[in-house]
Amino acid sequence: MAEQNENSPEQNLKQTQEELNPSKVSKLRSSEKSLLRLLENENPVPNSVISQSLDEIVLSVPTEEIQEAALKLRQSEGFAFDYLRCLSVVDYEEYFEIVYHIWSRLYRHKLTLKTTADYNDPIIKSVTPIWKSADWFEREGHELFGIDFKGHGNLKPLLLWEGFEGYPGRKSYPFHEYSEW
Amino acid sequence: MSNESTKNIESVDIMVNMGPQHPSTHGVFRMVLWVDGERVVELEPHIGYLHRGSEKISEGEIYPQVVTLFDRLDYLSNLNNEMAFCLAVEKLMEIEVPKRADYVRMILCELNRISSHMLFYGTMGLDAGAMTPIMYGFRERERIQKFFQSVTGARMMHNYIQIGGLREEPPKSFQGQLKEMLPQLSKAIEECDQLLTLNEVFLLRSKDIGIINGSDALELGLTGPCLRASGIVEDIRFTEPYSLYNEIDFNLPVGVTGDTWDRYAIRIAEMRESIKIIEQALELLPDIGETKAPGVRLIPRPPKGESYARVENPRGDLGVYIVSDGKDKPYRVKIRAPSFANLQALRKMSVGSYVADVVMILGSLDIVLGEVDR
Repeated sequence: MAEQNENSPEQNLKQTQEELNPSKVSKLRSSEKSLLRLLENENPVPNSVISQSLDEIVLSVPTEEIQEAALKLRQSEGFAFDYLRCLSVVDYEEYFEIVYHIWSRLYRHKLTLKTTADYNDPIIKSVTPIWKSADWFEREGHELFGIDFKGHGNLKPLLLWEGFEGYPGRKSYPFHEYSEW
Repeated sequence: MSNESTKNIESVDIMVNMGPQHPSTHGVFRMVLWVDGERVVELEPHIGYLHRGSEKISEGEIYPQVVTLFDRLDYLSNLNNEMAFCLAVEKLMEIEVPKRADYVRMILCELNRISSHMLFYGTMGLDAGAMTPIMYGFRERERIQKFFQSVTGARMMHNYIQIGGLREEPPKSFQGQLKEMLPQLSKAIEECDQLLTLNEVFLLRSKDIGIINGSDALELGLTGPCLRASGIVEDIRFTEPYSLYNEIDFNLPVGVTGDTWDRYAIRIAEMRESIKIIEQALELLPDIGETKAPGVRLIPRPPKGESYARVENPRGDLGVYIVSDGKDKPYRVKIRAPSFANLQALRKMSVGSYVADVVMILGSLDIVLGEVDR
């Protein structure tokens, strides 16, 4: 049934979506608005790109600078991101995107920090020295996506059994074709 | 004994394996302890025995089907889980949920919080060696579960909260049943409180055990009641109110020392607050109105983009990160499970305490392995 719907007319789809989204007003809260202003003025991380996605501000940084960027965002005044909420890895088939959802308790603002990793040789610096809670998230990312978090120190398998081959999180890993019995 | 003979004795740490089949681990959780006599020197948690790959399975299912997978993550607070996923999709599609549906959602979520905490109350008693609390806890949980069955049609896997609202109109007896149940529940909470909270044996087993201070708790990513027990004021219902929590007046119980007893007492206090929330929501709940946002298709296709939604689950901050490529199936779903993050702090809490106390500490974290392993 799902397959049929995939081929439904594109126009029809667009119409309903426009009905649902009458206005594309920015939904940033005031604390995020001031963060956006601060980011634009101070530009704490060189070569970074600031964008906005729904109610979140997205800061994309180059792969090499993730650790410095994280440290700066945690320590500099005005940002003080002391809490890592979530670390996710997304497989875009040409590259990996590593997404950090961070939160500042002091200023009550949130930020999505993003960086990319090469597909064939995914190496990235670990953020565990900055946010300890990244520990298991990075282990999971290493196990399911094969990303090498440099400086983590303990990238043992977490969810899968020892000796498991392959990276089941990746898009290239088949999952609907397999049969158990 | 002469001095020379004691000099040659070397103490060796013994490795003890606990789990995965162990009654106190609340599921299939294994930890390896290194003990020096009765003291824990080192602890290593091993998880993954219940790993089903929910995130990967989600990539192959259409959006309404993913909701059913979320039921099975934290199987003690199913409605809160459904809520998190639906909020993330609604945010992406910019759907506004009708007020009536939102109030019903909130009532159900808070009831689910009480039912989850009631089970925690029972198992916490069991961990301390008391058999009675679980009887009281289960009696109340069963009451709520029966109510859920009359509303959603299922005791546990509800699939009731859907993208854009509710699956169907709640039954006509919804308000009546609730009004009858709430006084019974608040009476039962007081009963439970009197039974265990200040019990001398329980106090001895839980006071000053597994202490974690506020900065460590934040650093290790603790959330929910476990974080608040350490004196940190942090609750998504306050900091980033979702649903209609900003219209409701309720307090946030916060602990002082961050020990096992605090983590227990916070949950008892939280149940009282949940009753308050439900009472207010019931007052505000409109009698008639839509329960599903108009224009939401059976198989929704969110536009390209990504969204991150959080809810305050009974265990803490449940985050759902969705990446959509415009198709009817999500491109990527990442679940930030509160129990998963809370479990990271177990080592810090347990090292230095007795083996018997590790059971209490783990119990006070209130993990659900379905959510830890996903």
